[in-house]
Amino acid sequence: MNLIELRDIRKTFYLGEVVLPVLKGISLDIAKGEMVALTGASGSGKSTLMNTLGCLDRPTSGDYALDGEEVSRLSNDARARMRNLKMGFVFQNFNLLPRTTAHMQVMMPLLYGAEYISQKEARTRAEAMLVRVGLADRMDHQPSQLSGGQQQRVALARALINRPPLLLADEPTGNLDSQTTREVLALFKQLNEQDGITILIVTHDPKVATSCRRVIRMADGLIEADEITVGGAL
Amino acid sequence: MNAMRVMLIKSLRILAAAMTALRRNVMRSVLTTLGIVIGVGAVIAMMEIGNGSSNAIQKTIASMGANTLMIFPGAAASGGISFGAGSTMTLTPQDSDAIIKECPSVRATAPVIRSKNAPVIFGSKNWVPSEIDGTTPEFLEVREWPVAEGATFDDRDVRNAARVCVVGQTLVRELFQGQSPIGEEVRLQNVSLRVVGVLNKKGASMGGRDQDDILIAPWTTIKFRVSGATTANTVTVAPAAGTGTATQRGALYPGSAAGIYAARSAIQTKNSPMPVRMITVDQIIVSATSAAEAKDATAEITGLLHDRHHLAEGEVDDFKIIDMAEIASVMSATTVMMTRLLLAVAMISLVVGGVGIMNIMLVSVTERTKEIGLRMAVGARGADILRQFLTESVVLCLAGGAMGIALGRGSSYLVSKFLHWPTLPSLGAIIASVLVSASVGIIFGFYPAWKASRLDPIEALRYE
Repeated sequence: MNLIELRDIRKTFYLGEVVLPVLKGISLDIAKGEMVALTGASGSGKSTLMNTLGCLDRPTSGDYALDGEEVSRLSNDARARMRNLKMGFVFQNFNLLPRTTAHMQVMMPLLYGAEYISQKEARTRAEAMLVRVGLADRMDHQPSQLSGGQQQRVALARALINRPPLLLADEPTGNLDSQTTREVLALFKQLNEQDGITILIVTHDPKVATSCRRVIRMADGLIEADEITVGGAL
Repeated sequence: MNAMRVMLIKSLRILAAAMTALRRNVMRSVLTTLGIVIGVGAVIAMMEIGNGSSNAIQKTIASMGANTLMIFPGAAASGGISFGAGSTMTLTPQDSDAIIKECPSVRATAPVIRSKNAPVIFGSKNWVPSEIDGTTPEFLEVREWPVAEGATFDDRDVRNAARVCVVGQTLVRELFQGQSPIGEEVRLQNVSLRVVGVLNKKGASMGGRDQDDILIAPWTTIKFRVSGATTANTVTVAPAAGTGTATQRGALYPGSAAGIYAARSAIQTKNSPMPVRMITVDQIIVSATSAAEAKDATAEITGLLHDRHHLAEGEVDDFKIIDMAEIASVMSATTVMMTRLLLAVAMISLVVGGVGIMNIMLVSVTERTKEIGLRMAVGARGADILRQFLTESVVLCLAGGAMGIALGRGSSYLVSKFLHWPTLPSLGAIIASVLVSASVGIIFGFYPAWKASRLDPIEALRYE
């Protein structure tokens, strides 16, 4: 079963007089449990595609079914709900809250739409998530007390606290050295294989791309290549 | 029930998130609330001090006898020349009796004869009371002044000019060193008076005079035995249009009072149809049945005295009525106005505090654009963001309000402790401050919060 089904997605920006088509008809299926890399030169439209997939932006036209639900024409609030329940985000610069402990960071998404979870349960869940990403001994640390790799793990735990089926990572290793990159990618792989989370990584780094089973390359608003790699080789 | 629980948990979480956000920048939060702290503090302090003063004034008014009217003799005029208020004695004890008999709005009246200040002597001690009054037992009724010990003199004492008196607390303290003076004899201008009663403590009057520094006796006693200097023991015929005056030494004792009527010639009677007023008093104090009746009482007394004094239509009154309630209301109106004025100034500082909060919240929204983007990315709706920022500003304002209440109460305590101004804790002011500071938080926090909720998550996430 496909988690993501895109049919002829188009996105056009109107900057005053200038009409700027960024996505020019993208159709794409991603099955549950896949780990996909999305690459392409700057301006190829991969960020816009990522925003569309992440329900942050609405396509100008086309259909987008996420987990069997049509989301391309949902209202702002309904898309916020989808973001909360169906996906987690990891960013290049981690986007952690300053002067806030790892524990609190991870619990943050529960503030929006997880009222049915008691405070105690929320705390336990956040702790379990931090243990899962290997930060059992860093729960009360603030971002300034954590290394880049650790910060990205906190962000990862935060992305997964609502147990979403989809993880969207925007250049997750862009600010990390190669050693940490390998560790984070290994963690991604583990989550993908053990927990069955579908992962989509936007990256410039060919090494990161080739660590994924499937690589989608974009150029000029269209999918240029969609290939299965030998995969898994870090 | 379950929905309530969910609401509660959600609210608590939003509150916790707001607290966390505020704690991230403690110094700024504290400085932001400073405006509200000062504003609320000023409001509370003003309310307490204002309430205290008007309460003190009301107490003083009550101690002077509420609904009291004072009738003074008016101005004499001769050949177009006015001699000013009190230049003639026109009031008699009979006026006082007539007032109580004929004016329905009057509860009690008493004539008052003021003796000049003279030392009261007891044993080796002496003391000059600020007030020595000759009057009737109704005096205490008008002044609403109960006797603490013993009893007051009665009407028979007044008829007999009995050598008795009632003293105030200050005299008890000064002459008797706190011992019971009942039955003791004091001397006033060589007249021996037996103390029959002690008045309750009354405190200071509006003018700050010690009301307990008083000796009262039957007016006949004062008039005929002690002989007040302000009203010489003379019988006066009002100087009516220069037709001549007749004065005659009055008899010393009331038993022979009949003899003090001046013989009037036929011409005199023709010229001046006014009855000769034998015995005059310095003032008549009147108590109206209620504060609302004070105006009616004034009108009734004016009419009555016009008749009794044979004043023609349009003739100048030979008496003057002063309504204590009017004086009191003017005084409390002044206090109320001052309080309101200060309150308005305090309110302005609250508004300034609110603007400060709005300013900082706007800065905070800009500074935390990225955080807002992130929150939206993990599923916060615009309404969630709005609620969160609004909660932050309301929490700030309420915390400021709480500190302001403490500051206001503290400063009003210090004012009453060191400046000895009367203050009165006001629950209403505290409730109002809490409501006002919450409203300030909502009103001035709304715009920044609304701005935050309208951010585009993509733009916000990209914001540097």
